[in-house]
Amino acid sequence: MNGLTGAYVPGGSFLHRLPAGVKLLGLAVSCTALLLSPPVGLAGAVAVVALLYAVSGVGVAAAWAQIRPVRWFAVALFGVQFLLVDLPGAVSSTLRVVLAVALAGLVTLTTRTAAMMAFLERCLAPARFLGVDPFRLSLLLSLTLRSVPVVAGLATRVREAQRARGTERSLRAFAVPLVVSALRHADTLGEALSARGLDD
Amino acid sequence: MTDEGKALSQPEEATGPSSGRGFSTGDLARVSVFAALIAVLGLPGALNVFGNAVPITLQTFGVMLAGAILGTWRAALAVAVLLVLVAAGLPLLAGGRGGLGVFVGPSAGFLIGWLPGAAVTGWIVERGGRNPSVAWLLTACLVGGVGVIYLLGIPVQAAITGASLGHAALLSLGFLPGDAIKAVFAALVVRGTQRAYPDAVPAVHRERLKAAGRR
Repeated sequence: MNGLTGAYVPGGSFLHRLPAGVKLLGLAVSCTALLLSPPVGLAGAVAVVALLYAVSGVGVAAAWAQIRPVRWFAVALFGVQFLLVDLPGAVSSTLRVVLAVALAGLVTLTTRTAAMMAFLERCLAPARFLGVDPFRLSLLLSLTLRSVPVVAGLATRVREAQRARGTERSLRAFAVPLVVSALRHADTLGEALSARGLDD
Repeated sequence: MTDEGKALSQPEEATGPSSGRGFSTGDLARVSVFAALIAVLGLPGALNVFGNAVPITLQTFGVMLAGAILGTWRAALAVAVLLVLVAAGLPLLAGGRGGLGVFVGPSAGFLIGWLPGAAVTGWIVERGGRNPSVAWLLTACLVGGVGVIYLLGIPVQAAITGASLGHAALLSLGFLPGDAIKAVFAALVVRGTQRAYPDAVPAVHRERLKAAGRR
């Protein structure tokens, strides 16, 4: 299993030093601007995004890793739009998607996961007025992070059992034991938390 | 800060676990384990049912499972927790994707659609009683796990790309057979799970919680 380290690239640029909240707000504003901008504005946006990446100093490989997931979608979108609309329309709608993804990726690359999580938790704090305890929310988040390797371990064990039984190709023989063991684990975990007084 | 928050909410929590929407620690554990389960179903190497040729992500399958087993609110919360962690930059989506890019990318609507999708699946299953049939579960998975997700995904995709609704629907059509198959498997797997572990039926779980709350 790959480590849960996030995509953060350490650095000291001004983008790294901006608070997470400011970057998120900037992202929201610029994504809206991208949606509304005329095709001419998009050419300028390409230059701005390229400049921001150069300033941040995250490197080409990290930048490509952010855009890579939408590459096939971009090709398909360009093809469909080119056939059904025209060349300028295809170019501008493809650019919009790629630029928005690149900008969001830049925020992810220059913000520590811990800083982003702290910001998101602060955003969720008003949930207190709905009767949700902020402490429980952060417990929920950290418990989920802890559960990922545990459930991955359960999945590996079920895989091995499947191989031993010769039912490797059956999705049911994989998923039913996995879900049952995940539920057992969850309910034991809940009892353990309750025994430690988290229900009081 | 956390201690203060805990102290503030203590009076409300005295009635918490037994009331319908309050979250006991048992629910908290289930929610986080299912959020983790959805993440694990997207891990490379965790499962390649049809070999590596078909890049099928089982995460929507996980969303349907969460809905059918956890019920409306807990399922929506599990998906929300996963999405918050993804937004924080963790690579928890299929193929190690994560970060904010997925929320502005072309499939953002499908991702956000997991939230009402899981909730609607749960809502329907909750109305299936103590022993929901495979047909009922399949209906829930198709309506919640496929219908609702597409209903949100296609318009958002059209809005983000600037393409017309029809074009966006055309681009999404290719995924429909796979998602329908996933719904069938999800219904079968949920049925199997609920046979082996009756507490996996939302209605049964709620009754047990109620009984425990009356101690």
